[in-house]
Formats: sequence, structure tokens, C-alpha cells
Amino acid sequence: MRRAGKVLLAALGFVLLGTGPATGQDSSWTLFPSHGQESATPIIQRGKEVFQNLCSGCHGPVIKNASPGIGATMPGTDALAAKYKGAKPAMLEERTDLTPQFIKIFVRNGVSVMPRFRKTELSDADMEALSAYLTRNNKP
Amino acid sequence: MRVPPGVSPGDFSDAIKQFQQAIGKEWVFTSDEDVDLYRDSYSPFWHEQEEPIPSAAVAPDGVEQVQAVVKIANHYKIPLWTISTGKNLGYGGSAPLLGGSVVLDLKRMNRVLEVNDKNHYALVEPGVSYFDLYRYIQDKNLKVWIDPPDPGWGSPVGNALERGGGYTPMRDHFDCHCGMEVVLANGDVVRTGMGALPNAKTWQQYKYGFGPYVDGIFSQSNFGVVTKMGFWLFPQPEAYLSGNVMVSRHDDLYALVEVFANLLNSGTVQATTTVVSPLAFGRDPELATLRASGSTKDLEDYVARKNVAYWSVSLPFYGSAKVVAAQWEYAREKFSVIPGVKFQDGASYRFPLDADQLAKITNPVPFGVPSLQTFSIGGSHSQGHMWFSPIIPMTGEAVLEAQQVFDQVFKDLSGAPGVSASFPVWSFFARAFVIIYFFPIEHDVEKNRRNREIFKRLVKTSAERGWGEYRTHTAFMGNISDAYSFNDHALRRLHETMKDALDPNGILAAGKCGIWPKAMRKAKA
Repeated sequence: MRRAGKVLLAALGFVLLGTGPATGQDSSWTLFPSHGQESATPIIQRGKEVFQNLCSGCHGPVIKNASPGIGATMPGTDALAAKYKGAKPAMLEERTDLTPQFIKIFVRNGVSVMPRFRKTELSDADMEALSAYLTRNNKP
Repeated sequence: MRVPPGVSPGDFSDAIKQFQQAIGKEWVFTSDEDVDLYRDSYSPFWHEQEEPIPSAAVAPDGVEQVQAVVKIANHYKIPLWTISTGKNLGYGGSAPLLGGSVVLDLKRMNRVLEVNDKNHYALVEPGVSYFDLYRYIQDKNLKVWIDPPDPGWGSPVGNALERGGGYTPMRDHFDCHCGMEVVLANGDVVRTGMGALPNAKTWQQYKYGFGPYVDGIFSQSNFGVVTKMGFWLFPQPEAYLSGNVMVSRHDDLYALVEVFANLLNSGTVQATTTVVSPLAFGRDPELATLRASGSTKDLEDYVARKNVAYWSVSLPFYGSAKVVAAQWEYAREKFSVIPGVKFQDGASYRFPLDADQLAKITNPVPFGVPSLQTFSIGGSHSQGHMWFSPIIPMTGEAVLEAQQVFDQVFKDLSGAPGVSASFPVWSFFARAFVIIYFFPIEHDVEKNRRNREIFKRLVKTSAERGWGEYRTHTAFMGNISDAYSFNDHALRRLHETMKDALDPNGILAAGKCGIWPKAMRKAKA
């Protein structure tokens, strides 16, 4: 149960940060953060909406220079940063190596703390749009 | 195709066809690939046969379709397991308690039916998430706040029915609901409170209606399917202010909690906070050593030398600027009975905040803005979690006793302490503290088995001390129900009497909170 200590830190940090003085970092909590500017086809635009609605809450930008605590982190972005250690972008929207099949496997099976997404939450059509958005910058 | 327990393959096949006719083929899921999406992503039974896996899922859109589904299920005696947004992670997710159940997925019922910012209420369907409701309110520039729990993708309906909590003065979510629409197991539709009055003008403004108040029996239960629910919302406050109270001695906890309880119960403090020992999370190596092997006096000496707090509580105030300032002043006055107490002003905001101001708030949840940042809990390699959530008295004595008792369980069963100097206790609800204790989920059968054993021991030990859990993972509902045993389980027998009357075929959420259908009761006892 060594982890319990870390969790306590997080839980405590959560409250202390949540009610403490503002620290002046970038926002990571905005519901619909827009990352980058790009012209989009309708399917990519739809995929971007899907990403913002379903994914950006965990895979959005991390607050920089924040004190430790839950409020200072993005679960998905942090996990990918820890996994790739700079070898690949931690932000999914910046990746250029994702494939539709790869995206589907993780969305439909979950990974780590990320749960599976059901078809009532994310239809097959929206899954396709999400893939189109996250692969938009892939080189042919 | 998987088949529910006690149902023949032929009957199940017929029922599936009827489900398809009633709600559309697209919304009846039977392939393993689709149905596996309903498994608990944080299952404490990873890689074990015991994991309860559904047989199918149906996703109606509208109360009439829900009626049709329960009528078909009743005819074929098919067990259903209802979910709203299916994000009850840590407590079972979207998976049933009884393997082979058909999940009744209400996610498609995602309409915000009304938000009123003059009388401050909302009426929503179960598939609406906190994000959805927040977005609706922002889009229409309405002057009300929602009260999200930590994970914002959950459902206000589902969370309130599970009796979850948030952070603002509307933090007790079931208490803040007003009026329900419920489909009973026989397909009948009931509206509670003023909703029983055709063309009611106050369904979301007066809770009780006329006659016995029945809303409570649909929370943490399997007596009906809630298809609409009203909620009281918080009028956008003018201001927020927080203030930290810090004391320096171990035994100051008694007075700290006593004054805090007085402020909370008198309405001076109206929101969620936690009483903590900052010593529990300091990273100073000296402190780490003292935590492991130092005495209380050693820790008090450390506190004196380093000018830190032994215990602290951050008080949140919401309301008019003048009132919150006066509340903080009054609170300081009350805490001044503790020798050496120190105070520190915290954050101060005026609402509405503009985008720049909002961008500087690291955790938005206490300000009515949903978030998913809580999923950082457990770290970047976490495989999930579940929660042990006992209610304990709001006294310093109880906090220390719980710490000692729970620590001993961990030492006995795992050889390691579960807590260090203290763990946070929360004021999610009035009058009592709740401990929200984290258990990791592992993709390791032995570790999960050990954690389940520790969990069960904690339940038992809590019960021996007179503490009970407010909510639990489906895996432990039977254990906790067993603990609420006054007068030979009179409460459970009452629940069973109601279950048999309202759902004689036992089609709704078998085993939920220890309530089994009559036909399965003996086998599950």
C-alpha cells in the first residue's frame, strides 16, 4: 500500500489548491480548449468537437509550473509524458503517428485509468471522425 | 451470445428480437465486442472468473422505450442493470453486479429539459452529464451554478441516486434533488412530489407533494428506473472567500473539529472541505523519518521549529462579499479559543469571473465547473481505483480512532501502514465526516485479492466501531448490507418486502445494495 501515501498527497493537494490563492498558470480546465489552428473538413471538424467533448478533459494541455496536486495535472497528458519521456508528444493532438486502428483499440478497450468508451457515448461514426482529427497531420 | 442466468437461450433470443422492435436494432448490443464495452474498467476482479460481465445492453431513448424494455424483461424474467452515463468508476462503472444481466443504458436520454435561473432549478434526463448541463447553462448565460462531483462526466441523476457529493453549498446531491419520474418494473410511470399533479407548476420547487414521500426508496435501490429528475441549483454567488485555520498541537484536533462542526451545523460554513494534518504530506526527509518512527511530541517539536501546522482546515465561504467576509471574521473569532491558533487568508473571488481569471484557477470543481483532473489520482501508471467510504462522527476523537483502527488493519493484512500521519476527512454531508479512502486496482490477481480482503476487513472493523459506508463498489454491496444488521437485518427485510411488492419478478438491478430478488435470495444469502 505504498501508493496510499501518494494518493493522500494528491487528495490533499486537490483541496488546498482548489481553495488556495490563484497561482497564475495556464488554464487546463476550460471545457473546450482549442489547440492549434487548422482548416478542417467537416469530418475533421466533427472529430475536433468529439475530442474536445470527450477527450480534452484528460488529454488537454497541462498547467505549467503548478504546485503538486490534482488540479495541476491532466491525467492523460501526464501519463503519456511519463510513458514517452519526450520521445513523442504527450498531447494527442500533436501526434503525427496515430492510426485509426490504434486509436480505436485504446478508446474501445481503455488503458491505465482511461475507461472503455461505449457506443452510446461515442458512436462508430464519431469514432471515425475522432480518428480523422487525430490523424489529420500524419504525413502520407 | 451470452445468456442471463435463469433464462433459456430461446427465450433470450425472443426477448432480444422484441427489444430490437421496441427501440431499434442499432440500440440493442449483443456481440461480445459491443457488450464488453460495459465491463467495469476498474474491476477488482481483473483476469478472474468472478468478474460480472453482462449478456447484452439496450439503450432506449425516451420514457416510452424504457417502459417497453421493462415490460419485455418482465415477460421473460430478464435481469436488467440500469446505468445513466455509466461513469460510476470506483464503484462499479457501467457493469452489473450480477453477471449476465442486460445493461439498461440510459446515456441516449441526454436532454436538459429545463433550467430556471429565477427559481434556480433544473430538470434533466439520466444521460445528461455534468459537462452537458454546465455547457447548456453557459450557452444560455444563465446565472446558476451546478455542483459537480470530482469527475465531471458523471450524471447528475446517477450521482444523486448514488447519494454522491460535491463542493458548493449544494453538495449533498440527493438532498438537492426535487422531483422524479420513475418507470416501475411493471412499466407504470410515476412522478413524485408535485409531479403527481397533472400540469404541476412547482415540480422542481417543492419536494414533498402530498402523502408519503417516496423519493428515497429510488436511491441506492432497485425499485424503479428514474427517467427524469429535478435539481435545485445554486444561484451564482457574488463572491467566494477561503480562509485557513492552523493549529500546532496534536490534541488541538478536538477543539478544531468541535468549532468546525459548530460553524458547519449553524450554516456559517456551507460547503465541502477537509480537516487534514499537513504533516502527512510534507516532503522534508526529517518529517518523513518522524512520520515513520517519531512520537507525537517529536512531531509537535517539528511543528514548532518549522512554523507549520499540525492540523489545518481551509474554510470555503460562498455568498455576498460582505457576508463571506463577516463569516470568515466570525469563524476566526470562534477558533480563537484554541491557544496559538493561526489564520491565513486564502483565495478571494467575485463572480462571474472573466476568462483570464478563470484560467488562473487550477481546480474549477468547487466553482461549479466540471473537470476530469481527479483521474490523476493514483499517478500516471494507475490501473484504476475503488473507494472505501465510511461515515464517521464529526469529532476529533473519531478522526483519531479511525486513523488508528484503519492503520492497524493495513498493518495486520499487508504488513504496511495504510496511512501516515493522518488522512483527510471530508464534509461532503452535514453533521458527519466521510472518509474517501483510495484502493488501487491492479492487473494482478493476487494484489486484487489481497485488497479485497483488506476492504472486507475494513468494512467489518468499521461496523464493530459503529461506522458504516455511505456507498460502495458493487463487489462489496453484500458485505456492507450485512453490516447494517440491527434487529436481525430488519432494514434489509423491509427492503426485500418492498422489492417483492414493486418488482416481483426481480428484473431490476439484482443484488444492488444487498437487495436480491426473491428467487435468488436464498442462493445469495
